[in-house]
Amino acid sequence: MRWIAVLVLLALIPLILGEYYVNLASQILIFAVFAASINLLLGYGGLPTLGHAAYLGVSAYLSALVALKLGLGHAFAAPIALLGTVLMAGLFGLIALRATGLGFLMLTLALSQVLWGTALRWVSMTDGDNGLRGMTRPFGLDAAAPFYYFVLLVTAVSIWLMARYVASPLGAALKGTRDQPRRMGALGHHVWMVRWITFVYAGFWGGVSGLLFVYYHKYIHPVSLSLANSAEGLLAVIAGGSGTLAGPLVGAAIVMLLKNWVSAYIERWNMLLGFVFVFIVIFMPEGVVPGVRRLWRRFVSKA
Amino acid sequence: MAALRIQSLKKAFGGLPAINDVSLEVAAGERRLIIGPNGAGKTTLFNLVTGDLSADGGAIGLFDEDVTRLASHRRAHRGLARTYQIITLFARDTLEHNIALALLGLTRTRWSAFGTFSKRFYDDAHEVLTKVGLQHLSRKPVSQLAYGEKRRVEIAMALAQKPRVLLLDEPLAGLSREERASIKQLIAAIPRDTTVVMIEHDMDTALDLADRITVLHYGRVIVEGTRAEVVADPKTREVYLGH
Repeated sequence: MRWIAVLVLLALIPLILGEYYVNLASQILIFAVFAASINLLLGYGGLPTLGHAAYLGVSAYLSALVALKLGLGHAFAAPIALLGTVLMAGLFGLIALRATGLGFLMLTLALSQVLWGTALRWVSMTDGDNGLRGMTRPFGLDAAAPFYYFVLLVTAVSIWLMARYVASPLGAALKGTRDQPRRMGALGHHVWMVRWITFVYAGFWGGVSGLLFVYYHKYIHPVSLSLANSAEGLLAVIAGGSGTLAGPLVGAAIVMLLKNWVSAYIERWNMLLGFVFVFIVIFMPEGVVPGVRRLWRRFVSKA
Repeated sequence: MAALRIQSLKKAFGGLPAINDVSLEVAAGERRLIIGPNGAGKTTLFNLVTGDLSADGGAIGLFDEDVTRLASHRRAHRGLARTYQIITLFARDTLEHNIALALLGLTRTRWSAFGTFSKRFYDDAHEVLTKVGLQHLSRKPVSQLAYGEKRRVEIAMALAQKPRVLLLDEPLAGLSREERASIKQLIAAIPRDTTVVMIEHDMDTALDLADRITVLHYGRVIVEGTRAEVVADPKTREVYLGH
């Protein structure tokens, strides 16, 4: 019910706000899909990834390359990009999941840095630091509002399917492997395989966010594959509340609003982001969504 | 037929042997008690049997199948279950969820990314909880349970899987006299088609649950036999009973 209310409110945005804010809302939603896919690993799997930009970036680059170099339409470019991203996630998962915790974090970071370096240096293919331009949007959705509705639809379906995954038996097993991996093994659960499947699934949704990203900007640059992008996603999840469904959405909104809206008024928005993050960590270490929920309960019980 | 057959099992940690050439056989349906002073290697032995640790040498057989190289989840699927000396539960989740995860582990459904876990498994979990007398707590997060109740949940999780071989690692640790009696009842009520191997320090309670007793000391089996034989053996008195 609450989710339908949120969806209705979000659908009203183009009717109330101007084009600038509609575009900002599109960016927030795209980033929310990205953050939600990180949340599958960090929040529900207890696997801190610092390389998730790899899936956003590779999917965006693949679709741009298929469209620009091979001249194929979106109907081909999008599935090829997602397939390539999923295959890569499968391979990367084999490598990164040799470890958990800090080891996992370093391996995901290293793997994504390889891709970032490749995108930057393989100039004949990616045009290096210039980025690839000339992408088009699917269905000719060039105006802000129709594109926003397209993004809203894809985001809603993505979040819903990720929520279904978390609530499913496999999702319950995933949370179990986060809290008590040894016990899960003793109960007959294949801990590694549960993590690997989730890794690939999260890679897929990272890829979906990458498609939306490249459609929005009609442009892709190596910075999308960078550590900074992975870290911003991770930051959004932690700030919003990892292991909650609404957390990544709220976190994505906080990061994107600071990055795009506040930065128009304050030059050093990065510093402000830092302050906001410190504030959240001190007063709501579990993230904004669980934090506000806790404060609200306290407020209600006092009243 | 032996439910559990351990042959010349070895495990060392950094050159220090924890399990040093241990062989033992537990018959199907038997209740076996394993005792020994701290550091005797009892829990290490359990971890080797379940596959949490891999053996340096020797073999482990479950119902005449060699499982020495099998991963722990595969051993679970062959009918092996265990409890932990240190409470190892899903503290944030409700009791029914804990039991449901145990039930899920042995079904094909554990791979299903469709449907809702709670709808599919909580009813069966309630049935299990009724059997162990915890149904009134099924909605409570495990973190809010009393220590004695958590001990009971440890056993309930293992029993939910209807194991062929059940390893109980100090199921009475830290309990009051009344709680010990009630856990003892629970263990005594386990049907004989489940073989039970139990580590326990509380000799008064544990002795009359056991058919046979194995005494471990410095990673070796030093005495094995019936209750009377082991208690009478001077070596037992020397290393364990201390008088």
